[in-house]
Amino acid sequence: MQNALQIVYLIPLLPLIGFLINGLGRNYLSKPVISLVGCGTILASFILSIWVFIQVRGGNTFDPHYFNFISVGKLVIPFAFKIDQLSSLFLLIITGVGFLIHVYSTSYMHEEKPEHFGRYFSYLNLFVFSMLLLVMGANFVILFIGWEGVGLCSYLLIGYWFKNTAYNKAASKAFIMNRIGDLAFLIAIFWLIAKLGTVSFSEVFAATNLAKLKTLDITVITILLFIGATGKSAQIPLYTWLPDAMAGPTPVSALIHAATMVTAGIYMIARSNVLYSMSHITMDIVAYTGLATALLAATIALKQNDIKKVLAYSTVSQLGFMFLALGTGAYVAAVFHVMTHAFFKALLFLGSGSVIHAMSGEQDIRYMGGLSKKLKITFITFLIGCIAIAGIPPFSGFFSKDAILLSAYIKSPVLYGIALFTAMLTAFYMFRLFFITFTGSFRGTEEQKHHLHESPAAMTIPLVILAVLSIIGGLVGVPEAIMHGGDKLTAFLSPVIAQHAEHTVAHSTEYMLMGLSTGLVIVMIIAAWFIFRNYQAKEATGLGKVLENKWYVDEIYDTLIVKPLKKLGSFLNDIFEKNVVDGMVNGVGKLVNYGSRQMRLLQSGQVGAYVLLMVLSMVVFFVIQFFIRK
Amino acid sequence: MIAVLLILVPLLTGFASFFIKNEKTVRSWALFSSLVTLGVSLTGLIWLKDPKYLSHTCEWLPALGSSFSVKLDGLGLLLTLLNAISFPVIFIATWNTPYRKANNFFALMLLGQAGMMGVFLAMDALLFYFFWELALIPMYFLCSQWGGEKRIAVTFKFFIYTFVGSLLMLIGILYLYNKTTSHSFSIQAFYDAGATLSAKQQNLVFWLMFIAFAIKMPIFPLHTWQPDTYEQAPTATTMALSGVMVKMGVFGVLRWLFPIVSGAAFQWGDFLTPLSIIGMIYASLIALRQDDMKRLIAYSSIAHIGLLSAGLFTQNTSGLQGVMIQMFSHGINIIGLWIVVEWIERKTGTRKLSQLGGLAQTAPSLAVFFVIIALANIALPLTNAFVGEFLIFNGILSSYTQYYLWFTVMAGICIILGAAYTLRMVRKAAYGNTNEITGAVTDISLSEKVALGIIVLLIFCIGVFPQPMLDLTSGVTESIANKFEVIRYPVVMPK
Repeated sequence: MQNALQIVYLIPLLPLIGFLINGLGRNYLSKPVISLVGCGTILASFILSIWVFIQVRGGNTFDPHYFNFISVGKLVIPFAFKIDQLSSLFLLIITGVGFLIHVYSTSYMHEEKPEHFGRYFSYLNLFVFSMLLLVMGANFVILFIGWEGVGLCSYLLIGYWFKNTAYNKAASKAFIMNRIGDLAFLIAIFWLIAKLGTVSFSEVFAATNLAKLKTLDITVITILLFIGATGKSAQIPLYTWLPDAMAGPTPVSALIHAATMVTAGIYMIARSNVLYSMSHITMDIVAYTGLATALLAATIALKQNDIKKVLAYSTVSQLGFMFLALGTGAYVAAVFHVMTHAFFKALLFLGSGSVIHAMSGEQDIRYMGGLSKKLKITFITFLIGCIAIAGIPPFSGFFSKDAILLSAYIKSPVLYGIALFTAMLTAFYMFRLFFITFTGSFRGTEEQKHHLHESPAAMTIPLVILAVLSIIGGLVGVPEAIMHGGDKLTAFLSPVIAQHAEHTVAHSTEYMLMGLSTGLVIVMIIAAWFIFRNYQAKEATGLGKVLENKWYVDEIYDTLIVKPLKKLGSFLNDIFEKNVVDGMVNGVGKLVNYGSRQMRLLQSGQVGAYVLLMVLSMVVFFVIQFFIRK
Repeated sequence: MIAVLLILVPLLTGFASFFIKNEKTVRSWALFSSLVTLGVSLTGLIWLKDPKYLSHTCEWLPALGSSFSVKLDGLGLLLTLLNAISFPVIFIATWNTPYRKANNFFALMLLGQAGMMGVFLAMDALLFYFFWELALIPMYFLCSQWGGEKRIAVTFKFFIYTFVGSLLMLIGILYLYNKTTSHSFSIQAFYDAGATLSAKQQNLVFWLMFIAFAIKMPIFPLHTWQPDTYEQAPTATTMALSGVMVKMGVFGVLRWLFPIVSGAAFQWGDFLTPLSIIGMIYASLIALRQDDMKRLIAYSSIAHIGLLSAGLFTQNTSGLQGVMIQMFSHGINIIGLWIVVEWIERKTGTRKLSQLGGLAQTAPSLAVFFVIIALANIALPLTNAFVGEFLIFNGILSSYTQYYLWFTVMAGICIILGAAYTLRMVRKAAYGNTNEITGAVTDISLSEKVALGIIVLLIFCIGVFPQPMLDLTSGVTESIANKFEVIRYPVVMPK
């Protein structure tokens, strides 16, 4: 009997068709048609994803094999999908949040010319297609195809307003930094092929194959994959592209640079959890890198004045939390945080889009203030987003963050301490943003003030839906300590992510940790209220200036890597190539020229000279002959 | 039959072109000829799998032991197909480019195509050499007669380089000829003769012939003729040179070098792999700093060819299979890039990135094609180049050289640099704001759309379904890889 999941290929295929229709027809189609195609295909995929999710929940998984992508010698890389608990969950997030953001975009981008409107939606559909490929792929190569595909769409959408040179540079930067990670990812794939001869998840993670791998191999492979993840998921040292990526339209930031693409690294590691659990070194590296990134980005977010930049650094920081979870073995907590983060961060970005829309394009919060009166829905939903990310129960962020903090606590109190501190910073900078933007008095121009308005329904409805999800989304993972059998997510994912029950803490400890974090977060929010409710802009000094300039990391990279490479290129081009390499060739040419010029002098035209030469050479010839014969 | 036709059609139509004085007519004639060749090539590829259609042998110079022996095997099918596809695309893309003495121009182009066909088909060393020269000579004239300002000096350099190479190759061929038992130029006799050579003799033959191929490819540091020639030659010729002709070098290694002197080729792999990789990085770094689009693409091509060369010396199935498909993909992609550059130069009068910008506004269709081809140039997955590069990199990592991991990493740096220089080119040419040069440009016309459309179609077809093309050459690849497998793991005979 055919599997009921036979139709899963439609889930990525529909957005691909949407991409083709809008991409090829962008000069001919009207905006409503483009919107319909763009949103309709994603909605259809979303409905199918729900159906797939229900099937998978019922215990039905499916590994369709379509054709052999590459088959060379013993190496076979099939074009195949893997529909299981993990991928079906990601399908829901991608198509669900993706659909809301598509709807939001129809209004947010309505001032664009039709051909650019079509271009925008075709890129967006192509992105969803690539992202679906990424999570549905049954082997590392298909995952990698999606992985680079989303990178491409990110590049195209960051540089969507291509007249702006700075935006184009940001787009290139994002692509190139991702490529650095991608190289490591590729080498990991090659290493797997060299050691196991396969890239399929089911075969690589099979116990017989894992037994063939030495610890060193596993460590190398997992570290390389993790380097790949630091590129895509914006971790130290490859995170600096993400804040620049805010050059793209705001819905893009919400979809790609908050909810979906940047979580690809977490997906990949969660998918490979069997491998990662076998290497303690890698686990430690992942945990510490994640924590360091979370802390670093949180400090930078304290001092940013661009509403989107704050959210961007907040995303980097939250991704750091997810890697901390992965590194401490709490894979489910990481996936849980991916989900809740998708809700509240998409909400916050879309909310900021609504603010920017109302402010006629202004993004600097120093010129905002008091927006709560004019933008009621945006104000309330943004507040919900802030509470959710700060982690106040029973909002979604509380449960997922609590799970991460708990796993950090089990690993080591130091990790826990730093993570808790970062969580406090999170609450502080988010509410700084919130209070500066929505409370106090308006600091913009009169014209902006006059123009202030709430966004249309196509924008506010997604906000409301995401706000609801941000409130209740955490209820799928209520810890055992609070409700028996409340942690449905762990149970659901257990076929993919095996649970190790070796480390548990007493329920009383858990209560204490929850209380502590909630209490401290509330303190930080109150502190932010007192400091920022009547905000007036002033010059940053000292440490504040360093933070405002993002610890000067971009400048350091520029001085240490970009400029020397350019100089080397110039040196090779202007000096080495011209003088040394070409010089040798031209030298040979000159030598021949010179020689022939000298030889030419011999041709004097006087018969006597020729005869003399002839005789002389004959003498030489005979002399040589004479000696050789001896 | 097919094999002979592939040579005869361009050869005869080429000679005929000399006598068609009307420019429009000779243009159509050349296009017609190249389409017929393409038809023949496709017929051989798809319908006539029977060996009797694919090979042909008759007497040529019996006194010397040389015969007119041509055959289409997987490798030959692949490269003749590339040759056959390239020329119609080139002719369509440059449909609006004016040439003085157009009859001579197109005649020489077709003769060059015939020569390259012969190179890919010859199963006789002397015949191979004959076609090798036949392919080169029209190129000299095309560069020196229709090239840019510095054409004479550049053609001279090009000539010296390739001439030296050819000469060394001829010495190598004659040397081997003397070692054959039956004094024959046939490829089988050469294979047999190669097996009898001592290690020293193998080294000698290897270097004599390899230098010729290395210059043709080119491999660092023998590459300096290439940027100059690509820059100065008329773009149609540059397309033929870079799209098809540089593959003669790779092809020569696969057909005439590896099977004959496998021992020496195996030994020198440890030296030539790092050299190729150094060349890749070197060319990539230089490409980063180019302002002239033609020179940028030329250095990008050198970097890609460096990868092909590194792939050759992996000498294993994955690497060689990658080389096969990458030869085809590189040809397609670089012709696409040249079409874009040619159009830009014709419309704006400049190739300087610093003077361009904003073409995505004035020529949106061009920009779309440009971006897609650029992405193929940096081997994005689901474009054709990804398959080849993936297999080559995989081949390098799984090859048996001592420092394989570091080779892979070093070569991998070019993946990053490649993205950097290619995106920089796209950004500076297509994005940003228009200026007085690019502001008045109108979008591409039908002929360019057709040519670029074919290119893009091929990019995706091969990128998504590479397997048929891989199957085409798997037999050849396996047989070469097996030769090296035997060298790597010599079977100890029981006494």
